[in-house]
Amino acid sequence: MASATLLKSSFLPKKSEWLNARPSSTSQPMAVSFTVRAGAYADELVKTAKTVASPGRGILAMDESNATCGKRLASIGLENTEANRQAYRTLLITAPGLGQYVSGAILFEETLYQSTTDGKKMVDVLVSQNIMPGIKVDKGLVPLAGSNDESWCQGLDGLASRCAAYYQQGARFAKWRTVVSIPNGPSALAVKEAAWGLARYAAIAQDNGLVPIVEPEILLDGDHGIERTFEVAQKVWAEVFFYMAENNVMYEGILLKPSMVTPGAECKERATPEQVAEYTLKLLHRRIPPAVPGIMFLSGGQSEVEATLNLNAMNQSPHPWHVSFSFARALQNTCLKTWGGRPENVKAAQDALLIRAKANSLAQLGKYTGEGESAEAKEGMYVKNYSY
Amino acid sequence: MSAFVGKYADELIKTAKYIATPGKGILAADESTGTIGKRLASINVENIESNRQALRELLFTSPNALSYLSGVILFEETLYQKTTGGKPFVDVLIENSVIPGIKVDKGTVEIAGTNSETTTQGFDSLGARCQQYYKAGARFAKWRAVLKIGPTEPSELAIQQNAQGLARYAIICQENGLVPIVEPEVLTDGNHDIKKCAAVTEKVLAAVYKALNDHHVLLEGTLLKPNMVTPGSDSPKVTPEVIAEYTVAALRRTVPPAVPGIVFLSGGQSEEEATLNLNAINKLEVVKPWTLSFSFGRALQQSTIKKWAGKKENVPAAQQAFLARCKANSAATLGKYAGGNADAAASESLYVKGYKY
Repeated sequence: MASATLLKSSFLPKKSEWLNARPSSTSQPMAVSFTVRAGAYADELVKTAKTVASPGRGILAMDESNATCGKRLASIGLENTEANRQAYRTLLITAPGLGQYVSGAILFEETLYQSTTDGKKMVDVLVSQNIMPGIKVDKGLVPLAGSNDESWCQGLDGLASRCAAYYQQGARFAKWRTVVSIPNGPSALAVKEAAWGLARYAAIAQDNGLVPIVEPEILLDGDHGIERTFEVAQKVWAEVFFYMAENNVMYEGILLKPSMVTPGAECKERATPEQVAEYTLKLLHRRIPPAVPGIMFLSGGQSEVEATLNLNAMNQSPHPWHVSFSFARALQNTCLKTWGGRPENVKAAQDALLIRAKANSLAQLGKYTGEGESAEAKEGMYVKNYSY
Repeated sequence: MSAFVGKYADELIKTAKYIATPGKGILAADESTGTIGKRLASINVENIESNRQALRELLFTSPNALSYLSGVILFEETLYQKTTGGKPFVDVLIENSVIPGIKVDKGTVEIAGTNSETTTQGFDSLGARCQQYYKAGARFAKWRAVLKIGPTEPSELAIQQNAQGLARYAIICQENGLVPIVEPEVLTDGNHDIKKCAAVTEKVLAAVYKALNDHHVLLEGTLLKPNMVTPGSDSPKVTPEVIAEYTVAALRRTVPPAVPGIVFLSGGQSEEEATLNLNAINKLEVVKPWTLSFSFGRALQQSTIKKWAGKKENVPAAQQAFLARCKANSAATLGKYAGGNADAAASESLYVKGYKY
């Protein structure tokens, strides 16, 4: 029926157009176009978001800043040089067949402009692997004045031109990570700022051709129970969507990157994957409009296997949105350790990455069985007061 | 879990889900005494209690019609009325698996400093009144907020006022066992195009759901009664398919899946128009995680009232007309309305400029 014509794009109407609307001269069906929240890139944004949110696939988050990447390299005894960062990222993106399980890869700025050790552009390799290149566009967390020792995320200055440049370089989606801390409140100020910043970033990204991944991470830190996380998450997401609506963000062209609803890391009562799924799905059903194509969960310190089990538990029934992963540590941990910085270990490391990617792909389809997982993969990766 | 979970939570969820049963919808028979007077006047019938009772009895005892309804919204007077045989209307409905609902607002008043925008009254003793209505057998409530489109409308103030009002009403209902139908009606009056209506509807619904969430309303125990997204009354008409696309897109962008059902108001659409639009909405091939049904007043009763004309001997024919509209709209909720058996009355536009309830 009419589904093929749904969501054709048009240009954002100026206020004067609304005031002086010229009625069309016939009552023939008009071409359905959405001048509501649609810029020049509307069609492409919808298509990109849908491609990233494709069944059985998710996102590899490999956008660690140089400082953070340094910590990863240090953990395997490597110096934080550009060559080492290049070697590591080359290893990741050239894993054969990675595109079967990974639909998008988030890059740090340096990587977006880098070439692999073979001299090919990183973005070109990703595209040839059927993986969409994405780009971290925020400029990190800084203390929020007037708050209860909380943070806010910087990066709006010059964001439009940076997004345009990243688009030119081949990026098609963007990511902005802000955080909310439960032990510190969170204060109404911190929540408002997190939501408003995300909304402004999302509107600017869409205006410049990039699908914004909207990431308000509710940190794992704290000894609070799962009910408290649930309460905070509901508040945060209500604010995020309200401000996005105010900023005329087009939901068919965004992706979300929430944290799963779990107890705090220091809470004595742990939760089963089924409980995490129950609370998280309830949150999604109460806050996420169906127009959003994909919800790509962050792992936030869960072990590789924990993250996969939780994702699998959430996919035991169909949902109006694609429910998938955007994992960094939960995809890379074993791979990184296996590599250890040695060229002879590259293949084994890539195999380890593919094992995790496939496991999470199965979890997205609700078909993960957990057979054959290593002890390494089950090791928790929570670090107190973790800063990226 | 979290949000507001009072003692009625399970019942609210169950009731809301039942009202949202696919294939069923709501008869809005909650016209105030003043408004029903206009209906009766149009068929030259005096606005006295016995006539109001006669009309409602006609509707509620229409053979088989109730099987297409999951709920009926009543005005306070009607909640306590009986059939001529002495049976409470509430019992008639409940015995036929139709849930009685109650209008709890007390009409709109203008907001000072705006261009005739309104807010809705009715908070005084609302909790106590809800308790009374619950005792009388009501299990859901309705509160109508109104917004209009103009060069500078709806204003931020009007949107916020009405959204807050709906949220406050909703939580008070839930505290007292009634499922709140949340009705933010964006009027069709005006010469704006469908895109403008879409933009306004989305803005209003975003504000409404923000307010509901801030007030800890349990979304699984609510229903939404929105306008369809259409061109303004002074603008050229568009096809039901176009209305369906804009309407469903607006709802997909604003209504979380936790809401079990969306029951459209008919505004000033004719009976047939409303049914055709509802049908197109349900035929649209896109994920719609809530049921999409009707809560029609005029669009269910218009031809019935005309056929009745206040005469006892016309009751069977009038009831047939009512049954026909109920059946048609039931089919429309399943996307199965074949259309076309509308007579003149069913096609008559029910739009009244500046309509006041």
